[in-house]
Amino acid sequence: MSHLRVRALRKSYGTNVVVDGIDLDLVRGECFGLLGPNGAGKTTTLRLCLGLTEADSGEIHVLNVPVPQEARRARARIGVVPQMDNLDPDFTVRENLQVYGRYFDLSKQEVDARIPALLDFAGLGSRGDDNIRALSGGMKRRLTLARALINDPDLIFLDEPTTGLDPQARHLIWQRLRQLVAQGKTIFLTTHFMDEAERLCSRLAVMDHGRMIAGGTPRELVDRHIQPQVVEVFGDGAESWAQQVGSGLAERCETAGETVFCYVHDATALIDDLGKRPDLRYVHRPANLEDVFLRLTGRDLRD
Amino acid sequence: MAGHWAPPDFSLRCIHVWRRNLLVWKKLAIASMIGNLADPMLYMLGFGYGLGSMMPEAFGTSYLAFLAAGTVCSSTMMSASFEAMYSGFSRMHMQKTWEAIMNAPLSLDDVVLGETLWAASKSLLSGLAVLMVAAILGLCASSLTLWVIPVIFLTGLAFGGLGLIMTALSPSYDFFVYYMTLVITPMMLMSGVFFPAEQLPMALQIATALLPLSHSIELVRPLMNGTLPAQWSLHLFTLALYAIIGFYVALALTRRRLLK
Repeated sequence: MSHLRVRALRKSYGTNVVVDGIDLDLVRGECFGLLGPNGAGKTTTLRLCLGLTEADSGEIHVLNVPVPQEARRARARIGVVPQMDNLDPDFTVRENLQVYGRYFDLSKQEVDARIPALLDFAGLGSRGDDNIRALSGGMKRRLTLARALINDPDLIFLDEPTTGLDPQARHLIWQRLRQLVAQGKTIFLTTHFMDEAERLCSRLAVMDHGRMIAGGTPRELVDRHIQPQVVEVFGDGAESWAQQVGSGLAERCETAGETVFCYVHDATALIDDLGKRPDLRYVHRPANLEDVFLRLTGRDLRD
Repeated sequence: MAGHWAPPDFSLRCIHVWRRNLLVWKKLAIASMIGNLADPMLYMLGFGYGLGSMMPEAFGTSYLAFLAAGTVCSSTMMSASFEAMYSGFSRMHMQKTWEAIMNAPLSLDDVVLGETLWAASKSLLSGLAVLMVAAILGLCASSLTLWVIPVIFLTGLAFGGLGLIMTALSPSYDFFVYYMTLVITPMMLMSGVFFPAEQLPMALQIATALLPLSHSIELVRPLMNGTLPAQWSLHLFTLALYAIIGFYVALALTRRRLLK
């Protein structure tokens, strides 16, 4: 069953094309991750799917409801975790959930019946009457997630859900998201954390300059776009070593700052050579999603 | 958008926006009511007794009664403007409350309508507070005074809409100072709150006749005095026009700002 269907979606601001003809398909119960550097068009894609801005052309169906034409009907079955927390600072934890439930035309009884389970889910079981200002960043994020679940949505959008959280808080959010997927919810998240994408998502797409430039499972992306072994070399002589030796032994060599990245299928020859170079330090590791991401979107800063 | 000027598309859920604001207000109700009363009281009693004792029966009524009617209207105007601008800007821009609401099944149109109704409701409380004090001082002559209540609400809708236009245009809180000093304060001085507008030069009188506050006062003052306002339908129509056009412009500008 299709939970999100996007065809030939296009959106520009003046001459700046932000979303440039993308297609998306999400089926029930999958966790889909949209990756991309800052300004790639991820958030705009999300806003388009929610019907908060209108596309120049293309089609969107969310839970088989056309958007933006019937965006309100679609949003009744969607949960959203925005990039920035926008909890109501004047309310307690519980009031935040109560007031948000009203927006979905839920009765007070329905909302109050759901709140204990949601507070438990968010690890805020005993904090119901606390003021929002008393919560840590991680707690606020979890409450925002709980708030997004108040209407028992079928599809949940999360825009960079763990940005700014410490590792403990991130792991707890991931655990909760996996629980939701296990319950059969469909998840659409944007992120620029590769470990997050690798751990959570069954399927990924990489977006840059408004286009989808790659897609597949995390494993497929690594297999398809990059050599399986990486040797990172550091030290004063790394760059000249790369020119004289590295580029000959590696299938691909990249220099970023003082570090040389060598990509190969078999790293034996490289390791042997580096063993004779006490002035250079190195790390040998399997290729990961971050390597793919940098390969596809380049190493230049995007601000 | 079929353009930011597309006709409004409301749902009944706009009432949830109003109820959200009510819940916040309840937490601060006492402080808010004191604020509603303190400022107009100072004007009314200070000017009313101070100035009024120097010009008894100058306006067919006591100066205090004259001023009370003006203060009901100007308090309503202030309250609706402040709510729509400062509080509205907090919810739209600082706290991103509107953004959170729009992730639920409400449209921006619902939000702007809910906010306008809220600003009018809050200003109704301010206007009523002054009206009650006037009643206690024996300045409300007849049961016609009850008609003042819907006029206050309509005045609140007009200034709520105008305030939301400023909010839609504003980069920061500082921006509202221009509107307050260049629009609201002159309007208060010219529209017959403190003295009859007929005292002004002709050109200013014509300008004043276009301002919403003067129409509000032209309705409220006779009603509090126990007479039916002359040309009441014209005044009601003008206020309603300000309310409708103000709301529509505010909606279009807010759409332009937020639905990019």
